[in-house]
Amino acid sequence: MSDTKKVMITVRKAPHGAIYVHEAIEVMFIVASYGMDLSVVFIDDAVFALKGGQDTRALGIKGFMASIGALVDFEVEKVYVDRQSMQDRNLTEVDLVFIGEDEDTEEQVKPKVLDSEAIRALMLEQDSIISL
Amino acid sequence: MKLTVLLLEGPYNHEASDSAWNLIQAAREAGHEIRGVFLYHDGVYNVNAKIDPPQDDRHIANRWSELGAQGVDVVVCIAAAKRRGMVDELLVPNTRISGLGQLAKMVIESDRLVVFGD
Repeated sequence: MSDTKKVMITVRKAPHGAIYVHEAIEVMFIVASYGMDLSVVFIDDAVFALKGGQDTRALGIKGFMASIGALVDFEVEKVYVDRQSMQDRNLTEVDLVFIGEDEDTEEQVKPKVLDSEAIRALMLEQDSIISL
Repeated sequence: MKLTVLLLEGPYNHEASDSAWNLIQAAREAGHEIRGVFLYHDGVYNVNAKIDPPQDDRHIANRWSELGAQGVDVVVCIAAAKRRGMVDELLVPNTRISGLGQLAKMVIESDRLVVFGD
């Protein structure tokens, strides 16, 4: 079977108070390293994971912000955020963190904000969706 | 059809482990193949050999062990397991600890991935 399967990882949970987002990022790094056509979508409360300026040290929790900032460097390049989920939570594109550096332009990259309809279309293209 | 099952919840507290197991039974009866079962998040607890439920209830850990004995690859994620103290000696027979790469391989080699647990 082809090793260029289209795989999407959906992240749906709030970033703190549970380990879901942290372990979802670990899955992203591994799946990306297997050469699959990976896309990642942050939906619902998970959009908070992409908000800048977070620091979990006072919670005594390692957190995952360093990993978020290195997604592109580890070949997790197609990172999308649901526009409606952001609007529902008063987040705008300005609030989003950088997820790494574009290889060609060396510019800092942010996740791409997509309408639900575009995400739906992307989902239909996938061979597998890992819903985390 | 080849299926992979990703189980994200621990035993008993939620129905996810039961639902996953029921789906696998039904799928195999219908002639489908289970490429593998991958245990992630608290799902790693499902194969703890110390599980000892009341005798008149289902034995979740033994169920997964029996499935493994029938040739289905039941894999516990090592990163998730290490966080939760699920070491090799704690696993029921016919299950194994391995990396997230096994999940990636299962996804590549399956027609469908079915995820249980929130």
